[in-house]
Amino acid sequence: MSLEADLKSLYTEAPAGLAGSVLAEVGLADRYAVRPGPIGDVFVAFNERGVTAVDLAESPEAFERRHMSVHGRPVVRVDDLPERLARHVDTAIEEGRPGRLPVDLSDLTEFQQAVLRRAATIPRGEVRPYGWIAKEIGRPRAVRAVGSALAQNPVPVIIPCHRVVRSDGTLGKYSLGADENKRVLLEMEGIDVDGLSSLAARGVRFIGSDTTHIFCHPTCRNARRITNAHRMEFHSEAEAESAGYRACRVCRPAQAA
Amino acid sequence: MTSDPLAARLAADLDGAFPDMVRQVSSGLYSGALRMLGNARDAEEVAQDALVRAYRALREYPEDRIRELRLRGWVWTIAANLCRNRLRSRARRPQRSLEGIDTADAGRGPESETLSSETRSELAALLLHLPWETRSAIVLKHVVGLSYAEIADALDRPSGTVRSDVSRGLARLRTALEEER
Repeated sequence: MSLEADLKSLYTEAPAGLAGSVLAEVGLADRYAVRPGPIGDVFVAFNERGVTAVDLAESPEAFERRHMSVHGRPVVRVDDLPERLARHVDTAIEEGRPGRLPVDLSDLTEFQQAVLRRAATIPRGEVRPYGWIAKEIGRPRAVRAVGSALAQNPVPVIIPCHRVVRSDGTLGKYSLGADENKRVLLEMEGIDVDGLSSLAARGVRFIGSDTTHIFCHPTCRNARRITNAHRMEFHSEAEAESAGYRACRVCRPAQAA
Repeated sequence: MTSDPLAARLAADLDGAFPDMVRQVSSGLYSGALRMLGNARDAEEVAQDALVRAYRALREYPEDRIRELRLRGWVWTIAANLCRNRLRSRARRPQRSLEGIDTADAGRGPESETLSSETRSELAALLLHLPWETRSAIVLKHVVGLSYAEIADALDRPSGTVRSDVSRGLARLRTALEEER
């Protein structure tokens, strides 16, 4: 065989990870690693701006396909999250809020971002109705759109969309795996989901205290401190206000439109 | 010269077409760097670095300039410089001489079935003994498969010089192979 042909045989395929590393380096791909989550391991994707996705997927391939179709760019697996993110990711997942973790929502519309940023402020162990978010972001009539934005939350758990429920007491849709996971997460946070549902089924939206004359969302930490003897139930904001109660400044109660 | 359709796509939509460019050139870059440097890790780093630099350069180029590029030769101007810089800094740190030099790594080239891995590693080792001028030219011509015009771009030498570098390199390899047998 000729020397030229021998030299040609020294051609070698590039290592499998090379293309992905290049694309991630120039910002045309995200990277991801696997982290423990409250209902099983999750895939956590990120880029230079922050975390871009949290997902429970059947397999890495399924996750990669979904990431491509949602974000329009490939995602490349790495062994570990970079130092700057690792600690904050675990804290964010554990506490169910972004905290100091940078989250990149730039693929979303401004409306979706506003919805998610507001949802991120709901404390652990508490829930708010969809209508509350709509009102808080200045779009009181956009309740359905709020629901869709939350259903498409790319970073569930970290942005706790599971803490936003329907005003009739049913839980609504959830973006991390099955809808049932929403109940699981809320119960892990100590919420009595059935109790909340039966309250809502009776039409009760707010709880007030007859000593402070303040009314709250039922799961607000201030409402939970009210003893049974002083506990008042209200069906609407108007009902509470006409009884001489003012809205809690912490949970800012508003009835779903 | 007809323009490269990939160059035209890069000019129109850099972010959309760049992943295809990476797929088209990365094995050539890796193979070439591996045979110039003799070390798989260095080769991977050079290939990656060259592609990242290429992307950043393309971001700054006007569309017309991108459309006119002969991509493979152009990417190799970046990669050949990176290889040469590595060899120079390695020469300044001689303690790293043969440590981590792999010549026998498994190739998956089309002809790899027909050449024993022993012969391949012997040839790879001989390449590393050639001086840079002949080694770079012969690797780009016969391992990577660039044209003389592309190599002239990549190494910034006249095409005629490249031809004589390649033939001088082949002659030296033949002599060396005969001496070893």
